Amino acid sequence: MLLIRCPYCEEERPELEFRNAGEAHIARSANMAGETDDDFEKFFFIRSNPKGIIYERWRHMHGCARFFNAVRDTVTDKFIMTYKAGEPKPSKLPGVGK
Amino acid sequence: MSGAFRIPSAGRLSQAKTARFSFDGQSYAGIEGDTLASALLANGVHLVGRSFKYHRPRGILSAGAEEPNALVEIKRDAARKTPNVRATVQELYDGLDAQSQNRWPSLSFDVGAVNDIASPLFSAGFYYKTFMWPKAAWKSLYEPKIRAAAGLGVSPDKPDPDHYSSRYAHCDVLVLGGGAAGIAAALAAAETGVRVILADEQAEFGGSLRFESGAKIDGQDGFAWAQAAVAKLAAMDNVRVLSRTTAFGYYAQNFVGLVERVSDHLKTPGRDLARERLWQVRAKRVVLASGAIERHMVFADNDRPGIMLAGAARTYLNHYGVAVGKNVGVYTANDSAYAAAIDLKKAGVNVAAIVDLRDNPTGPVIDEARALGIEINFGRAVIRVGGKLRVSSMTVQPKNGGGERTIPVDAILMSAGWTPSVHLFSQSRGKVAFNDETKRFVPGTYAQDCVSVGACNGTDGLSATLDEAYAAGANAAKDTGAKTAKGTKPKVDASESWSRGMLGAAPGAGADTTVKAFVDFQNDVTAKDIRQAVHEGMRSIEHVKRFTTNGMATDQGKTSNMHGLAIAAETLGKPIPEVGLTTFRAPYTPVTFGAIVSHARGPLFDPTRKTAIHPWAEAQGAVFEDVGQWKRAWYFPRAGEDMHAAVDRECVAVRKTAGLFDASTLGKIEVVGPDAAKFMELLYTNPWEKLEPGRCRYGIMLREDGFIYDDGVVGRLAPDRFHVTTTTGGAPRVMNHMEDYLQTEFPHLNVWLTSITEQWAVIAVQGPKSRDIIAPLVEGIDMSDAGLPHMSVREGKICGVPTRLFRMSFTGERGFEVNVPADYGQAVWEALWAEGQKHGAAAYGTEAMHVLRAEKGYIIVGQDTDGTVTPNDAGLDWAVGKKKADFVGIRGMARPDLVAKGRKQLVGIKTRDPKVVLEEGAQIVEDPKQAIPMKMIGHVTSSYWSENCGRSIALALVAGGRDRMGDTLYVPMPNGVIEVEVTGMVFFDETGGRLNG
Repeated sequence: MLLIRCPYCEEERPELEFRNAGEAHIARSANMAGETDDDFEKFFFIRSNPKGIIYERWRHMHGCARFFNAVRDTVTDKFIMTYKAGEPKPSKLPGVGK
Repeated sequence: MSGAFRIPSAGRLSQAKTARFSFDGQSYAGIEGDTLASALLANGVHLVGRSFKYHRPRGILSAGAEEPNALVEIKRDAARKTPNVRATVQELYDGLDAQSQNRWPSLSFDVGAVNDIASPLFSAGFYYKTFMWPKAAWKSLYEPKIRAAAGLGVSPDKPDPDHYSSRYAHCDVLVLGGGAAGIAAALAAAETGVRVILADEQAEFGGSLRFESGAKIDGQDGFAWAQAAVAKLAAMDNVRVLSRTTAFGYYAQNFVGLVERVSDHLKTPGRDLARERLWQVRAKRVVLASGAIERHMVFADNDRPGIMLAGAARTYLNHYGVAVGKNVGVYTANDSAYAAAIDLKKAGVNVAAIVDLRDNPTGPVIDEARALGIEINFGRAVIRVGGKLRVSSMTVQPKNGGGERTIPVDAILMSAGWTPSVHLFSQSRGKVAFNDETKRFVPGTYAQDCVSVGACNGTDGLSATLDEAYAAGANAAKDTGAKTAKGTKPKVDASESWSRGMLGAAPGAGADTTVKAFVDFQNDVTAKDIRQAVHEGMRSIEHVKRFTTNGMATDQGKTSNMHGLAIAAETLGKPIPEVGLTTFRAPYTPVTFGAIVSHARGPLFDPTRKTAIHPWAEAQGAVFEDVGQWKRAWYFPRAGEDMHAAVDRECVAVRKTAGLFDASTLGKIEVVGPDAAKFMELLYTNPWEKLEPGRCRYGIMLREDGFIYDDGVVGRLAPDRFHVTTTTGGAPRVMNHMEDYLQTEFPHLNVWLTSITEQWAVIAVQGPKSRDIIAPLVEGIDMSDAGLPHMSVREGKICGVPTRLFRMSFTGERGFEVNVPADYGQAVWEALWAEGQKHGAAAYGTEAMHVLRAEKGYIIVGQDTDGTVTPNDAGLDWAVGKKKADFVGIRGMARPDLVAKGRKQLVGIKTRDPKVVLEEGAQIVEDPKQAIPMKMIGHVTSSYWSENCGRSIALALVAGGRDRMGDTLYVPMPNGVIEVEVTGMVFFDETGGRLNG
């Protein structure tokens, strides 16, 4: 069972308290009704599914109930870092590349 | 005397403590402290089972968890029958009842052994080549006959009456393995004061010190030192010592699963005692001290009972005081077998000869064996053995060919060397590295905060092991923030040292098709099978493994993997590291379902949710159905009524007078805040801004893809306050969906969401008399049609307690939903029930609720929709705000395929014969005479007998359904085609006049 750090609770808690919520940093258009079919396809269906670093959303479901973002390596399953919802994609990742 | 092969002067068990046991109905005597295996061997019993595929007679190979052969059934009573228990692990208790497995009619005469003669038919890949066709053979031959003939134990056929427990634990340093290395590491860590857990799978700590008679530590015999050290550890407050505890899985972030066998070794386990305890340990540092496992020699008929690992024979002698034979032979490519021969010889057992495959090895143990007068043959191989149910002789030949000599023996001790136990290290995702010099895979690159010490790290010799382990324990503690250790490192006074062995098949186990030189005993895989797999095109070791099943039995190839790999590498002509090792997976040894499941079974498997009114329904004799975790009253049968009679009566009562229905399970969410209406606009298709406080609206929630996600009636209590209802099953996901959008997409909105499902009990009162029933109990609410019109909500009091009174209907009748704080739910229900009795009202359950809403064509999300249905498909376009600029699903709904013609639309269906009730899920076709497979144009989503309509009614999703009104379609069923007519969705009171009736 993974330990995940909730950036709101500022604590590492067991995976059981959390729920994955898909890829992060996919913004919903402010003009949703006016999106083209292609743009909607990109927004709704297309996901990066990388081998390696993924930016994804988690919810501290059985804790503070907040959604937040996490950077995880899909190969090692290691969490690189977590940060609050709405914060920008981190430009530097701690410990990556070592 | 506890067995003719017991040597009173040897071993550590007290002869005074006799324990009787039975094996295959025969009674024997053992000693407390024995394993079942040692007790059988003490009685001269080697034959304990039949093999998986060929039904070959099998004996005891090992003295530990790696045992592939000696699997038995242990029976305590009719329900407590455990198959595939390793006799080498099962501790003896007085009265133990064991049975051999996979034989009929008896262990010594087994009909299935015909497989051994027919073995050319069952060679590698047999299943893949055979279980193909004809299709019919699956039912008649493959499953019932061939598969039944294979296999090991029989599953218990009664529910498990035992209980299991489960604990979480945290520690600084977790030490896995309680041999010399593990104990030293635990001592070093514990002396710094950090929290330490030390676990070992055996009943007693000591590991290989159990048999290493040459080890002396701190002036004591090695095993005695181990006991003293563990006693010292157990007495420390910061240390937890777990014996009989196997670390079976190493998971992410130093999370380790252990199973403690709490009572399997007890004669009469107390009823309050768990059978096993699952430990889930999170450790800051893990020290792996899992030791090494001895490999057998791969030679012809090396599976005959009486042929066993040399280290095992030594354990039986030095720990249990049991000689495995009276006249033993030794076949080895490794020094450690000499130590076994020496110990047996000194105990008075005749050692007929040592056959050593190596040419001219030298060393102290070889000298000592020679000095004891034991015959030693270098450069020779055992090419044949005599005996079937028990080995009787070994035939020896120079390994490069030459004259044969047959030596009578009653046991053969073998050793091809020791394999470091890297299972847990590999499970931690560490990468092993091949040491070319010692021909061993040892821990290479670490993936987690752990360290390997001793034999599992490829460290040879007791001194080096203790040095390494003590330092590692101290370092691990230091890494967790500990200060320097106060203790002193154990001092090795004497130890044994062995040189390495061999991998792969020995000479004489050649390509000859009749030779069975076993690599994997448990899955009956021979050296020939592995060569054949390579010849048939398997190149990857993972393919060789699956084709031959080598290493895939419950012992997970503990003795066989390295041999299999070496034979494959040799056949492929590649070096071993290039061929690579197969993946080690959890569990290390089999784990019972009981230990994993623990208390989470039966009623405790999943939480049960009950409404405030549940006790009343129960007292009325309601039949309940499960809806998610909820128990809902399904129907209320009266004396002599079956389900149909009860449901018909309930449905009629609602339309004739009134009915009471417990709707408490409906999901309820309060949406509050200055931006509550804006938020509702975005989350639901409907317009909300202009909904007046005190009014209600039926809302539809979509996913972003435009499909219906949930629905429910929403009441606006105040400009900034909505009381939202959801489907019973959808409540948690709707809440999650709302929170997701509020927190991440619309965080600028000032809104609070609160789940109030459990706070409000809901009593639906529906029917022409509903107002008459409620009105006398209500204070502060104008109950007239003008004061409380259909689709409105008021706050006031009922029976003196606060209520949110909704005027709404899911039946098509005049209806109310009385929300009261859950604590008052049953009292208010009883008061309403008493009023209802004056009017002839009935309580109705979920089945009647379903029928009544279907009569009106009201949909149930999840029954009439399936995640691919749009509001338009469901005929709910009227509920979509046409002027809205945005809501979740607005764009998805407009995708080309979702607005295309010919989509499945929800319609009503009437059978031509009104008495026929369609099956829900039944497929609908246009032409019943077309060839199979027919083109299906839709399916039935809801179908009931409607007593109110006097006929069957159904809803269905049909392609282009709304353009087919009045058309005849067909529902082909196994016993005939049913003719149906497409209709509108409302079957009762089409004008809706009864809402105010």
